[in-house]
Amino acid sequence: MREIDVKMITEKVRALCMEANTDLEEDVLQAFDRAMEKEESPLGIEILKELKENARIAKEERVPICQDTGFTVIFLELGQEVHLVGGGLREAIFEGVRQGYRDGFLRKSICHPFSRANTGDNTPAIIHTEIVPGEKVKITVAPKGGGSENMSRVVMLTPSDGIEGIKRFVVQRVKESGSNPCPPTIVGVGIGGTFEQAALLAKRSLLRPLGSRNPDPELDKLESEILDEINRLGIGPQGLGGRTTSLAVHVLMMPCHIASFPLAVNIQCHAQRHKEVVI
Amino acid sequence: MTEPIRLKTPLNDRDVEKLRIGDRVLVSGIIYTGRDAAHKRLITLLKEGKDLPFDIRGQVIYYVGPTPAKPGQAFGSAGPTTSYRMDAYSPTLMERGLKGMIGKGMRSDTVKEAMKKYKAVYFAATGGAGALLAKRVKSAEVVAYEDLGPEAIRKLEVEDLPVIVVNDIRGNDLYVEGEKKYKKE
Repeated sequence: MREIDVKMITEKVRALCMEANTDLEEDVLQAFDRAMEKEESPLGIEILKELKENARIAKEERVPICQDTGFTVIFLELGQEVHLVGGGLREAIFEGVRQGYRDGFLRKSICHPFSRANTGDNTPAIIHTEIVPGEKVKITVAPKGGGSENMSRVVMLTPSDGIEGIKRFVVQRVKESGSNPCPPTIVGVGIGGTFEQAALLAKRSLLRPLGSRNPDPELDKLESEILDEINRLGIGPQGLGGRTTSLAVHVLMMPCHIASFPLAVNIQCHAQRHKEVVI
Repeated sequence: MTEPIRLKTPLNDRDVEKLRIGDRVLVSGIIYTGRDAAHKRLITLLKEGKDLPFDIRGQVIYYVGPTPAKPGQAFGSAGPTTSYRMDAYSPTLMERGLKGMIGKGMRSDTVKEAMKKYKAVYFAATGGAGALLAKRVKSAEVVAYEDLGPEAIRKLEVEDLPVIVVNDIRGNDLYVEGEKKYKKE
């Protein structure tokens, strides 16, 4: 049994919030480079250049990549040999978010659904916890912007819809989203499980580094087929026309009920932000 | 790529008449910020027959809710927000003299018709390029609705703010034309 003071969790979450919002990961920058080589639209190339320049400024000056510093989504892998002391875990995480958004000059974007009154500190955060073997704690902070989240959907397909049904729905979703989710996007797809699990699979799939292959050959093929169709739509960077509508399609799948065929599409803007730490 | 067109605000009919979809434009001068909540209040004022908190004739509104400015920064990260949420309010403001809107994403047919009728244009700024766009803001001051926080109306002095013409006064739409041009069957 290993003891960890939740104060350390607060500290790590605080730092991750600030880092994730200012420092775009290398895999995303490389994806911009690859896109620039293929992009046919001169305006599209200009926009991709702007995105790279924006990331450089954000990193150097420690300012947010995007003004929408998002809903703070946190993936927590908690080792079952860990004993947390010094307070509640949930409150410790919220405190880290509060401090990170205050000290990092990040926008507080969370409000009451009816009155729209801002909670003032970007809490509550969304926490997905998984209990895993071992005595470590892994924290991933993935701020999620509203514009792309609004374009996401869950649908309960019919088993007879098959793989073709999946492709059709995902491509149609990207087409209908047009310029709204700030293309070039990353398209997270969750297949199977239950209604809520499909959505979580889609979100989790976004954590995979861009440019990496899906370990399941069948899903890997599906990803490239969907991406190819998406990039024939012509939407392009920022929806102004071009080849680069999405940088990648990521699929996660699990078994489903014999009567169901759940599908979730979580659209992620080009500001694909996430940082992790292992304690 | 051709060189961008330089525009100085406030804008008049001649300024907007020469703009065509796909033109890259560098905007300098005074512009105002506003999102849904601020727009709703502006429209309420007009319905009550009251004056707006600033003279809207010839002006440009930027749909943005910035991050708080860091010490030493004129303005926080400031990329555009999605414009369709302002569609219900924009025609009334164009009728009152609004000449330009900066945001991202497609506008409704009603807004496009109003742009033709009142000679106004819609520009896209690059969504998510908040750090880059912030550097083009030289000064900022709240002119109304401070209680709305990031959604307050601010008067910005900008220099060479990079935008692209998406809807011109001829009814053209770059979102439609661009997609058509690059679509592969």
